[in-house]
Amino acid sequence: MKRTTLFVLMTAAAGVLGGCAGMNQSASTSGNPFDTESFQSILKNDFAPKGQAKLDRLVQTKQQYECSKYEYLGKPMPAEMRKKLESEAMAGIVYPKDGQYMGDWKAGLKIAQDGKGLQWSDDPSKPSGGNCLACHEMIKNDPSQGNLGPSLVDYGKLRGNSEAILKYTWGRIYDSAAYNACSWMPSFGAHKILTEQQMKDVMALLMDPKSPVNAN
Amino acid sequence: MRNRTKKAAMLAGVALPAMLWAGVLTHQAQAAESLTQEGNGYLALMNEMGGNPADFNIDDGKKLWTEKRGPKKASMEQCNLGLGPGVLKGAYAQLPRYFADTGKVQDLESRLITCMETLQGFTEQQAEHDAFAKESGNATPLVNMAMYVAHESDNMKIAIPQNTPEEKLAYENGKKLFFYRAGPFSFSCATCHSESDKRIKISALPNLTMTGPKGAAVSYATWPAYPNSQGVARTLEWRMLACFRQQRFPMPKMTSNAVIDLITYMGVNSNGATLHTPSFKR
Repeated sequence: MKRTTLFVLMTAAAGVLGGCAGMNQSASTSGNPFDTESFQSILKNDFAPKGQAKLDRLVQTKQQYECSKYEYLGKPMPAEMRKKLESEAMAGIVYPKDGQYMGDWKAGLKIAQDGKGLQWSDDPSKPSGGNCLACHEMIKNDPSQGNLGPSLVDYGKLRGNSEAILKYTWGRIYDSAAYNACSWMPSFGAHKILTEQQMKDVMALLMDPKSPVNAN
Repeated sequence: MRNRTKKAAMLAGVALPAMLWAGVLTHQAQAAESLTQEGNGYLALMNEMGGNPADFNIDDGKKLWTEKRGPKKASMEQCNLGLGPGVLKGAYAQLPRYFADTGKVQDLESRLITCMETLQGFTEQQAEHDAFAKESGNATPLVNMAMYVAHESDNMKIAIPQNTPEEKLAYENGKKLFFYRAGPFSFSCATCHSESDKRIKISALPNLTMTGPKGAAVSYATWPAYPNSQGVARTLEWRMLACFRQQRFPMPKMTSNAVIDLITYMGVNSNGATLHTPSFKR
Protein backbone atom coordinates (compact mmCIF):
# COMPACT_ATOMS: atom_id res chain seq x y z
CA MET A 1 0.00 0.00 0.00
CA LYS A 2 1.33 3.44 -0.94
CA ARG A 3 2.06 5.69 1.98
CA THR A 4 -0.31 8.42 0.76
CA THR A 5 -3.18 5.95 0.40
CA LEU A 6 -2.50 4.61 3.88
CA PHE A 7 -2.48 8.13 5.26
CA VAL A 8 -5.84 8.97 3.65
CA LEU A 9 -7.33 5.73 4.97
CA MET A 10 -6.01 6.31 8.47
CA THR A 11 -7.30 9.88 8.51
CA ALA A 12 -10.72 8.70 7.37
CA ALA A 13 -10.74 5.92 9.94
CA ALA A 14 -9.56 8.29 12.68
CA GLY A 15 -12.67 10.34 11.92
CA VAL A 16 -14.72 7.20 12.52
CA LEU A 17 -12.83 6.51 15.76
CA GLY A 18 -13.48 10.05 16.92
CA GLY A 19 -17.20 9.41 16.57
CA CYS A 20 -19.91 11.60 15.15
CA ALA A 21 -22.78 13.41 16.80
CA GLY A 22 -26.21 11.88 16.89
CA MET A 23 -25.14 8.25 16.67
CA ASN A 24 -27.55 5.98 18.43
CA GLN A 25 -26.60 3.17 20.78
CA SER A 26 -26.80 -0.08 18.88
CA ALA A 27 -27.64 0.66 15.25
CA SER A 28 -25.97 3.05 12.87
CA THR A 29 -27.53 5.01 10.05
CA SER A 30 -24.40 5.06 7.90
CA GLY A 31 -24.43 1.33 7.16
CA ASN A 32 -21.24 1.03 9.18
CA PRO A 33 -22.11 -1.28 12.10
CA PHE A 34 -19.04 -0.13 14.04
CA ASP A 35 -20.11 3.52 13.82
CA THR A 36 -22.16 3.59 17.01
CA GLU A 37 -21.44 5.61 20.10
CA SER A 38 -21.14 2.58 22.38
CA PHE A 39 -18.85 0.61 20.07
CA GLN A 40 -16.64 3.61 19.36
CA SER A 41 -16.37 4.09 23.12
CA ILE A 42 -14.97 0.56 23.40
CA LEU A 43 -12.28 1.33 20.81
CA LYS A 44 -11.52 4.69 22.39
CA ASN A 45 -11.54 3.82 26.10
CA ASP A 46 -11.11 0.09 26.65
CA PHE A 47 -7.61 -0.53 25.30
CA ALA A 48 -4.25 0.68 26.57
CA PRO A 49 -1.01 0.94 24.62
CA LYS A 50 1.52 -1.65 25.70
CA GLY A 51 5.04 -2.19 24.37
CA GLN A 52 5.00 -1.71 20.63
CA ALA A 53 1.21 -2.24 20.40
CA LYS A 54 -0.13 1.31 20.33
CA LEU A 55 -3.72 2.46 20.00
CA ASP A 56 -3.34 3.35 16.30
CA ARG A 57 -3.53 -0.39 15.65
CA LEU A 58 -7.28 -0.20 16.30
CA VAL A 59 -7.78 1.99 13.23
CA GLN A 60 -8.92 -0.22 10.39
CA THR A 61 -7.65 -0.13 6.83
CA LYS A 62 -10.35 -0.10 4.16
CA GLN A 63 -9.87 -3.83 3.56
CA GLN A 64 -10.08 -4.64 7.27
CA TYR A 65 -13.24 -2.56 7.62
CA GLU A 66 -15.06 -3.98 4.59
CA CYS A 67 -14.21 -7.59 5.52
CA SER A 68 -15.16 -7.12 9.20
CA LYS A 69 -18.45 -5.51 8.25
CA TYR A 70 -19.68 -8.38 6.10
CA GLU A 71 -18.34 -11.00 8.49
CA TYR A 72 -20.21 -9.35 11.37
CA LEU A 73 -23.40 -9.02 9.30
CA GLY A 74 -23.04 -12.64 8.16
CA LYS A 75 -23.58 -11.56 4.55
CA PRO A 76 -21.44 -12.23 1.50
CA MET A 77 -19.42 -9.25 0.28
CA PRO A 78 -20.78 -7.88 -3.02
CA ALA A 79 -18.64 -9.09 -5.96
CA GLU A 80 -17.88 -5.52 -6.98
CA MET A 81 -16.34 -4.65 -3.59
CA ARG A 82 -14.44 -7.94 -3.59
CA LYS A 83 -12.88 -7.15 -6.97
CA LYS A 84 -12.08 -3.61 -5.89
CA LEU A 85 -10.23 -4.74 -2.76
CA GLU A 86 -8.35 -7.40 -4.70
CA SER A 87 -7.20 -5.05 -7.44
CA GLU A 88 -6.13 -2.45 -4.89
CA ALA A 89 -4.10 -5.06 -2.99
CA MET A 90 -2.64 -6.34 -6.29
CA ALA A 91 -1.53 -2.83 -7.25
CA GLY A 92 0.35 -2.53 -3.96
CA ILE A 93 2.50 -5.64 -4.39
CA VAL A 94 6.21 -4.86 -4.67
CA TYR A 95 8.15 -7.64 -6.41
CA PRO A 96 11.86 -8.22 -5.67
CA LYS A 97 13.84 -5.42 -7.29
CA ASP A 98 16.57 -7.78 -8.47
CA GLY A 99 14.05 -10.21 -9.98
CA GLN A 100 15.41 -12.90 -7.67
CA TYR A 101 12.61 -14.67 -5.75
CA MET A 102 14.53 -17.37 -3.95
CA GLY A 103 16.48 -17.10 -0.72
CA ASP A 104 17.65 -19.80 1.67
CA TRP A 105 15.10 -22.49 2.58
CA LYS A 106 16.83 -23.22 5.91
CA ALA A 107 16.32 -19.61 7.00
CA GLY A 108 12.78 -19.88 5.58
CA LEU A 109 12.04 -22.88 7.79
CA LYS A 110 13.06 -20.92 10.88
CA ILE A 111 10.76 -18.06 9.83
CA ALA A 112 7.92 -20.54 9.23
CA GLN A 113 8.35 -21.91 12.77
CA ASP A 114 8.72 -18.55 14.52
CA GLY A 115 5.53 -17.18 16.07
CA LYS A 116 7.06 -14.08 17.55
CA GLY A 117 6.77 -10.55 16.27
CA LEU A 118 4.68 -7.40 16.73
CA GLN A 119 2.99 -8.54 19.94
CA TRP A 120 3.20 -6.17 22.91
CA SER A 121 5.43 -8.77 24.58
CA ASP A 122 7.89 -8.99 21.67
CA ASP A 123 11.18 -7.14 21.30
CA PRO A 124 10.61 -4.68 18.41
CA SER A 125 14.33 -4.69 17.57
CA LYS A 126 14.21 -8.38 16.60
CA PRO A 127 12.89 -9.57 13.22
CA SER A 128 9.35 -10.99 13.17
CA GLY A 129 8.56 -14.58 12.34
CA GLY A 130 6.02 -15.72 9.76
CA ASN A 131 4.56 -18.57 11.84
CA CYS A 132 3.39 -20.32 8.63
CA LEU A 133 3.16 -23.69 10.45
CA ALA A 134 0.57 -22.33 12.89
CA CYS A 135 -1.97 -22.41 10.05
CA HIS A 136 -0.48 -24.46 7.18
CA GLU A 137 0.69 -28.03 6.97
CA MET A 138 4.08 -27.75 5.26
CA ILE A 139 5.98 -30.80 6.43
CA LYS A 140 4.68 -34.32 6.04
CA ASN A 141 3.90 -36.32 9.19
CA ASP A 142 4.43 -33.46 11.63
CA PRO A 143 1.25 -33.27 13.72
CA SER A 144 2.01 -29.84 15.20
CA GLN A 145 0.84 -27.86 12.19
CA GLY A 146 -2.44 -26.02 11.87
CA ASN A 147 -5.22 -26.29 9.32
CA LEU A 148 -6.62 -22.75 9.14
CA GLY A 149 -5.00 -22.43 5.74
CA PRO A 150 -4.58 -25.05 2.98
CA SER A 151 -1.83 -27.68 3.09
CA LEU A 152 1.37 -26.59 1.36
CA VAL A 153 3.06 -30.00 1.37
CA ASP A 154 4.85 -30.57 -1.97
CA TYR A 155 4.07 -26.95 -2.92
CA GLY A 156 6.92 -26.53 -5.41
CA LYS A 157 6.87 -30.15 -6.57
CA LEU A 158 3.21 -29.88 -7.58
CA ARG A 159 3.37 -26.44 -9.18
CA GLY A 160 6.84 -26.10 -10.69
CA ASN A 161 8.78 -22.85 -10.66
CA SER A 162 7.53 -20.96 -13.70
CA GLU A 163 7.64 -17.15 -13.58
CA ALA A 164 3.83 -17.12 -13.17
CA ILE A 165 3.96 -19.42 -10.14
CA LEU A 166 6.82 -17.46 -8.56
CA LYS A 167 4.93 -14.20 -9.03
CA TYR A 168 1.68 -15.66 -7.71
CA THR A 169 3.39 -17.16 -4.65
CA TRP A 170 5.22 -13.93 -3.90
CA GLY A 171 1.94 -12.03 -4.20
CA ARG A 172 0.19 -14.42 -1.82
CA ILE A 173 2.86 -13.85 0.81
CA TYR A 174 3.12 -10.10 0.17
CA ASP A 175 -0.62 -9.44 0.33
CA SER A 176 -2.96 -12.41 0.20
CA ALA A 177 -5.93 -10.04 -0.21
CA ALA A 178 -4.82 -9.54 -3.83
CA TYR A 179 -6.14 -13.03 -4.59
CA ASN A 180 -8.87 -13.34 -1.96
CA ALA A 181 -10.21 -10.02 -0.69
CA CYS A 182 -10.91 -11.25 2.84
CA SER A 183 -8.18 -13.86 3.17
CA TRP A 184 -7.34 -14.53 6.82
CA MET A 185 -3.63 -14.58 6.02
CA PRO A 186 -1.63 -11.59 7.25
CA SER A 187 -0.27 -9.26 4.53
CA PHE A 188 3.36 -10.05 5.30
CA GLY A 189 4.81 -7.62 2.76
CA ALA A 190 2.16 -4.91 2.56
CA HIS A 191 2.04 -4.57 6.35
CA LYS A 192 5.83 -4.85 6.69
CA ILE A 193 5.73 -7.94 8.91
CA LEU A 194 8.53 -9.69 7.02
CA THR A 195 11.41 -8.11 5.12
CA GLU A 196 12.01 -8.75 1.42
CA GLN A 197 14.87 -11.12 2.29
CA GLN A 198 12.67 -13.05 4.76
CA MET A 199 9.96 -13.45 2.11
CA LYS A 200 12.58 -14.76 -0.30
CA ASP A 201 13.64 -17.31 2.31
CA VAL A 202 10.01 -18.46 2.72
CA MET A 203 9.74 -18.65 -1.09
CA ALA A 204 12.74 -20.99 -1.10
CA LEU A 205 11.13 -23.13 1.60
CA LEU A 206 8.07 -23.50 -0.65
CA MET A 207 9.87 -23.98 -3.96
CA ASP A 208 13.30 -25.56 -3.37
CA PRO A 209 13.25 -29.30 -4.20
CA LYS A 210 15.58 -29.93 -1.24
CA SER A 211 13.41 -28.18 1.35
CA PRO A 212 11.36 -30.37 3.71
CA VAL A 213 8.22 -29.08 1.97
CA ASN A 214 9.19 -30.84 -1.28
CA ALA A 215 11.78 -33.48 -0.36
CA ASN A 216 9.19 -36.18 0.29
CA MET B 1 -0.03 -20.59 49.47
CA ARG B 2 3.56 -20.81 48.35
CA ASN B 3 3.94 -24.24 49.93
CA ARG B 4 0.75 -25.39 48.36
CA THR B 5 1.88 -24.29 44.94
CA LYS B 6 5.04 -26.31 45.43
CA LYS B 7 3.03 -29.26 46.58
CA ALA B 8 0.83 -28.99 43.53
CA ALA B 9 3.86 -28.77 41.30
CA MET B 10 5.34 -31.90 42.87
CA LEU B 11 2.07 -33.74 42.46
CA ALA B 12 1.89 -32.68 38.83
CA GLY B 13 5.50 -33.77 38.33
CA VAL B 14 4.62 -37.31 39.33
CA ALA B 15 1.19 -37.44 37.79
CA LEU B 16 1.90 -35.76 34.46
CA PRO B 17 4.29 -38.30 32.91
CA ALA B 18 1.96 -41.10 33.98
CA MET B 19 -0.98 -39.35 32.42
CA LEU B 20 0.89 -38.60 29.24
CA TRP B 21 1.90 -42.25 28.97
CA ALA B 22 -1.70 -43.27 29.49
CA GLY B 23 -2.62 -40.66 26.90
CA VAL B 24 -0.52 -42.43 24.28
CA LEU B 25 -2.43 -45.65 24.94
CA THR B 26 -5.72 -43.83 24.64
CA HIS B 27 -4.66 -42.40 21.31
CA GLN B 28 -3.76 -45.81 19.96
CA ALA B 29 -7.08 -47.16 21.14
CA GLN B 30 -8.99 -44.46 19.41
CA ALA B 31 -7.35 -44.48 16.01
CA ALA B 32 -10.42 -43.04 14.37
CA GLU B 33 -10.22 -39.90 16.45
CA SER B 34 -9.54 -36.91 14.23
CA LEU B 35 -6.22 -35.10 14.42
CA THR B 36 -8.03 -31.99 15.58
CA GLN B 37 -9.25 -33.74 18.71
CA GLU B 38 -6.07 -35.71 19.22
CA GLY B 39 -4.03 -32.67 20.22
CA ASN B 40 -6.32 -32.08 23.15
CA GLY B 41 -6.72 -35.73 24.11
CA TYR B 42 -4.32 -35.52 27.04
CA LEU B 43 -6.31 -32.61 28.46
CA ALA B 44 -9.52 -34.65 28.35
CA LEU B 45 -7.73 -37.41 30.20
CA MET B 46 -6.36 -35.05 32.84
CA ASN B 47 -9.83 -33.60 33.36
CA GLU B 48 -11.25 -37.08 33.76
CA MET B 49 -8.65 -37.92 36.41
CA GLY B 50 -9.19 -34.67 38.32
CA GLY B 51 -6.81 -33.41 41.01
CA ASN B 52 -6.62 -29.96 39.50
CA PRO B 53 -4.02 -27.66 41.12
CA ALA B 54 -6.67 -24.92 40.97
CA ASP B 55 -8.46 -26.79 43.79
CA PHE B 56 -6.00 -25.00 46.07
CA ASN B 57 -7.13 -21.66 44.66
CA ILE B 58 -10.73 -22.60 45.38
CA ASP B 59 -9.80 -23.40 49.00
CA ASP B 60 -8.02 -20.07 49.34
CA GLY B 61 -10.93 -18.25 47.73
CA LYS B 62 -13.36 -19.89 50.14
CA LYS B 63 -11.31 -18.70 53.11
CA LEU B 64 -10.98 -15.20 51.69
CA TRP B 65 -14.75 -15.04 51.25
CA THR B 66 -15.48 -15.15 54.97
CA GLU B 67 -12.35 -13.28 56.09
CA LYS B 68 -12.81 -9.72 57.35
CA ARG B 69 -10.66 -7.64 55.00
CA GLY B 70 -10.19 -4.09 53.74
CA PRO B 71 -10.63 -0.70 55.42
CA LYS B 72 -14.16 -1.69 56.50
CA LYS B 73 -12.97 -4.99 57.99
CA ALA B 74 -15.87 -6.82 56.37
CA SER B 75 -16.24 -10.17 54.61
CA MET B 76 -17.59 -10.82 51.11
CA GLU B 77 -20.42 -12.98 52.44
CA GLN B 78 -23.13 -10.45 51.59
CA CYS B 79 -21.88 -9.93 48.02
CA ASN B 80 -24.76 -9.89 45.53
CA LEU B 81 -23.64 -11.69 42.39
CA GLY B 82 -27.05 -11.39 40.75
CA LEU B 83 -29.14 -13.91 42.64
CA GLY B 84 -29.33 -11.92 45.87
CA PRO B 85 -26.90 -11.10 48.70
CA GLY B 86 -24.89 -14.13 49.73
CA VAL B 87 -26.24 -16.47 47.03
CA LEU B 88 -23.31 -18.19 45.34
CA LYS B 89 -24.86 -21.38 43.98
CA GLY B 90 -25.55 -20.85 40.28
CA ALA B 91 -24.53 -17.17 40.27
CA TYR B 92 -21.54 -17.63 37.96
CA ALA B 93 -23.67 -19.62 35.50
CA GLN B 94 -25.72 -16.43 34.97
CA LEU B 95 -22.84 -13.97 34.56
CA PRO B 96 -22.28 -11.53 32.87
CA ARG B 97 -25.59 -9.83 33.66
CA TYR B 98 -26.99 -6.33 34.23
CA PHE B 99 -26.79 -4.88 37.75
CA ALA B 100 -29.13 -2.00 38.55
CA ASP B 101 -26.95 -0.68 41.40
CA THR B 102 -23.97 -0.05 39.13
CA GLY B 103 -26.00 0.43 35.95
CA LYS B 104 -23.60 -1.91 34.15
CA VAL B 105 -23.36 -5.37 32.67
CA GLN B 106 -20.73 -7.08 34.83
CA ASP B 107 -18.80 -10.31 34.63
CA LEU B 108 -17.51 -12.25 37.62
CA GLU B 109 -14.35 -10.25 38.32
CA SER B 110 -16.05 -6.93 37.71
CA ARG B 111 -18.77 -7.80 40.21
CA LEU B 112 -16.27 -9.10 42.76
CA ILE B 113 -14.44 -5.77 42.52
CA THR B 114 -17.76 -3.95 43.13
CA CYS B 115 -18.25 -5.99 46.31
CA MET B 116 -14.65 -5.44 47.43
CA GLU B 117 -15.29 -1.71 47.04
CA THR B 118 -18.76 -1.45 48.57
CA LEU B 119 -18.54 -4.11 51.31
CA GLN B 120 -14.86 -4.02 52.20
CA GLY B 121 -13.97 -0.43 51.33
CA PHE B 122 -11.12 -1.21 48.92
CA THR B 123 -10.43 1.32 46.20
CA GLU B 124 -10.86 0.12 42.62
CA GLN B 125 -7.10 0.26 42.23
CA GLN B 126 -6.51 -1.88 45.32
CA ALA B 127 -9.18 -4.36 44.25
CA GLU B 128 -7.70 -4.79 40.76
CA HIS B 129 -4.09 -4.85 41.94
CA ASP B 130 -1.99 -7.45 40.08
CA ALA B 131 -5.09 -9.04 38.64
CA PHE B 132 -3.13 -11.28 36.31
CA ALA B 133 -0.42 -13.20 38.13
CA LYS B 134 2.94 -13.89 36.49
CA GLU B 135 3.36 -17.30 34.89
CA SER B 136 3.89 -19.91 37.61
CA GLY B 137 3.29 -17.19 40.21
CA ASN B 138 0.64 -17.10 42.87
CA ALA B 139 -2.89 -16.12 41.90
CA THR B 140 -4.24 -12.94 43.48
CA PRO B 141 -7.07 -12.79 46.05
CA LEU B 142 -9.41 -11.63 43.27
CA VAL B 143 -8.65 -14.68 41.11
CA ASN B 144 -8.85 -17.05 44.08
CA MET B 145 -12.30 -15.71 44.96
CA ALA B 146 -13.33 -15.94 41.30
CA MET B 147 -12.21 -19.60 41.22
CA TYR B 148 -14.25 -20.29 44.35
CA VAL B 149 -17.40 -18.53 43.21
CA ALA B 150 -17.23 -20.12 39.73
CA HIS B 151 -16.76 -23.58 41.25
CA GLU B 152 -20.01 -23.07 43.19
CA SER B 153 -21.72 -23.30 39.75
CA ASP B 154 -19.81 -26.45 38.72
CA ASN B 155 -22.05 -28.93 36.87
CA MET B 156 -24.77 -26.30 36.46
CA LYS B 157 -26.21 -25.12 33.16
CA ILE B 158 -25.05 -21.80 31.71
CA ALA B 159 -28.01 -19.40 31.57
CA ILE B 160 -26.75 -15.89 30.82
CA PRO B 161 -29.69 -13.50 30.66
CA GLN B 162 -30.51 -11.35 27.65
CA ASN B 163 -33.42 -9.46 29.19
CA THR B 164 -32.41 -5.83 29.49
CA PRO B 165 -31.34 -3.44 26.68
CA GLU B 166 -27.92 -3.24 28.36
CA GLU B 167 -27.48 -7.02 28.22
CA LYS B 168 -28.51 -7.08 24.56
CA LEU B 169 -26.12 -4.24 23.75
CA ALA B 170 -23.27 -6.06 25.52
CA TYR B 171 -23.90 -9.13 23.33
CA GLU B 172 -24.08 -7.08 20.13
CA ASN B 173 -20.95 -5.05 20.86
CA GLY B 174 -19.14 -8.25 21.86
CA LYS B 175 -20.11 -9.70 18.50
CA LYS B 176 -18.87 -6.58 16.70
CA LEU B 177 -15.53 -6.69 18.51
CA PHE B 178 -15.30 -10.41 17.74
CA PHE B 179 -15.41 -9.67 14.00
CA TYR B 180 -13.35 -6.46 14.12
CA ARG B 181 -10.19 -6.94 12.09
CA ALA B 182 -7.35 -4.59 12.84
CA GLY B 183 -3.64 -4.31 13.52
CA PRO B 184 -0.62 -5.29 11.42
CA PHE B 185 -1.85 -8.90 11.09
CA SER B 186 -5.46 -7.90 10.24
CA PHE B 187 -6.67 -10.47 12.76
CA SER B 188 -10.03 -10.53 14.48
CA CYS B 189 -11.21 -13.16 16.96
CA ALA B 190 -13.04 -14.65 13.97
CA THR B 191 -9.72 -15.42 12.23
CA CYS B 192 -9.22 -18.41 14.51
CA HIS B 193 -12.64 -18.94 16.08
CA SER B 194 -15.35 -18.79 13.39
CA GLU B 195 -15.05 -22.24 11.81
CA SER B 196 -15.33 -25.74 13.21
CA ASP B 197 -12.63 -28.44 13.24
CA LYS B 198 -9.76 -25.96 12.97
CA ARG B 199 -6.40 -26.11 14.71
CA ILE B 200 -3.56 -23.73 15.42
CA LYS B 201 -0.54 -26.00 15.38
CA ILE B 202 -1.90 -29.03 17.27
CA SER B 203 -4.38 -27.16 19.48
CA ALA B 204 -8.06 -27.43 18.64
CA LEU B 205 -9.73 -24.06 18.11
CA PRO B 206 -13.30 -23.72 19.40
CA ASN B 207 -15.86 -22.18 17.01
CA LEU B 208 -17.10 -19.38 19.24
CA THR B 209 -19.76 -18.20 16.78
CA MET B 210 -21.68 -21.45 17.16
CA THR B 211 -24.26 -22.35 19.79
CA GLY B 212 -24.81 -25.89 21.07
CA PRO B 213 -22.44 -28.29 22.82
CA LYS B 214 -19.82 -28.24 20.01
CA GLY B 215 -19.70 -24.46 19.71
CA ALA B 216 -18.56 -21.71 22.05
CA ALA B 217 -19.34 -23.92 25.06
CA VAL B 218 -16.36 -26.18 24.29
CA SER B 219 -14.21 -23.35 25.57
CA TYR B 220 -16.51 -21.15 27.64
CA ALA B 221 -17.92 -23.90 29.87
CA THR B 222 -14.46 -25.00 31.02
CA TRP B 223 -13.29 -21.65 32.42
CA PRO B 224 -11.97 -20.63 34.95
CA ALA B 225 -9.18 -23.12 34.49
CA TYR B 226 -5.64 -24.22 35.15
CA PRO B 227 -3.71 -23.84 31.87
CA ASN B 228 -0.65 -26.10 32.04
CA SER B 229 1.37 -23.61 29.99
CA GLN B 230 0.73 -20.94 32.64
CA GLY B 231 1.30 -22.85 35.86
CA VAL B 232 -1.28 -20.67 37.59
CA ALA B 233 -5.09 -20.55 37.70
CA ARG B 234 -6.65 -18.26 35.11
CA THR B 235 -10.05 -16.75 34.38
CA LEU B 236 -11.74 -15.70 31.15
CA GLU B 237 -10.63 -12.08 31.64
CA TRP B 238 -7.04 -13.28 31.34
CA ARG B 239 -7.88 -15.40 28.28
CA MET B 240 -9.23 -12.34 26.44
CA LEU B 241 -5.96 -10.56 27.20
CA ALA B 242 -3.90 -13.46 25.83
CA CYS B 243 -5.93 -13.59 22.60
CA PHE B 244 -5.62 -9.84 21.99
CA ARG B 245 -1.86 -10.07 22.48
CA GLN B 246 -1.67 -12.70 19.75
CA GLN B 247 -4.00 -10.63 17.59
CA ARG B 248 -1.34 -7.89 17.82
CA PHE B 249 -3.88 -5.51 19.34
CA PRO B 250 -3.10 -3.09 22.17
CA MET B 251 -3.96 -4.41 25.64
CA PRO B 252 -7.62 -4.57 26.68
CA LYS B 253 -8.27 -3.05 30.09
CA MET B 254 -9.35 -5.35 32.89
CA THR B 255 -13.16 -5.44 33.40
CA SER B 256 -13.66 -3.02 30.49
CA ASN B 257 -16.70 -3.26 28.23
CA ALA B 258 -14.41 -4.68 25.55
CA VAL B 259 -13.69 -7.73 27.70
CA ILE B 260 -17.10 -8.08 29.35
CA ASP B 261 -18.94 -7.73 26.03
CA LEU B 262 -16.78 -10.41 24.39
CA ILE B 263 -17.38 -12.71 27.36
CA THR B 264 -21.11 -11.98 27.07
CA TYR B 265 -21.05 -12.89 23.36
CA MET B 266 -19.24 -16.18 24.00
CA GLY B 267 -21.29 -16.87 27.11
CA VAL B 268 -24.70 -16.37 25.55
CA ASN B 269 -23.57 -18.59 22.66
CA SER B 270 -22.82 -21.22 25.33
CA ASN B 271 -26.19 -21.05 27.06
CA GLY B 272 -27.56 -24.49 27.89
CA ALA B 273 -24.15 -26.12 28.25
CA THR B 274 -22.92 -27.52 31.58
CA LEU B 275 -20.07 -25.79 33.41
CA HIS B 276 -16.98 -27.82 34.31
CA THR B 277 -14.68 -25.63 36.36
CA PRO B 278 -11.85 -25.71 37.16
CA SER B 279 -10.55 -27.65 34.18
CA PHE B 280 -7.10 -28.31 32.79
CA LYS B 281 -6.15 -26.41 29.69
CA ARG B 282 -3.16 -26.24 27.42
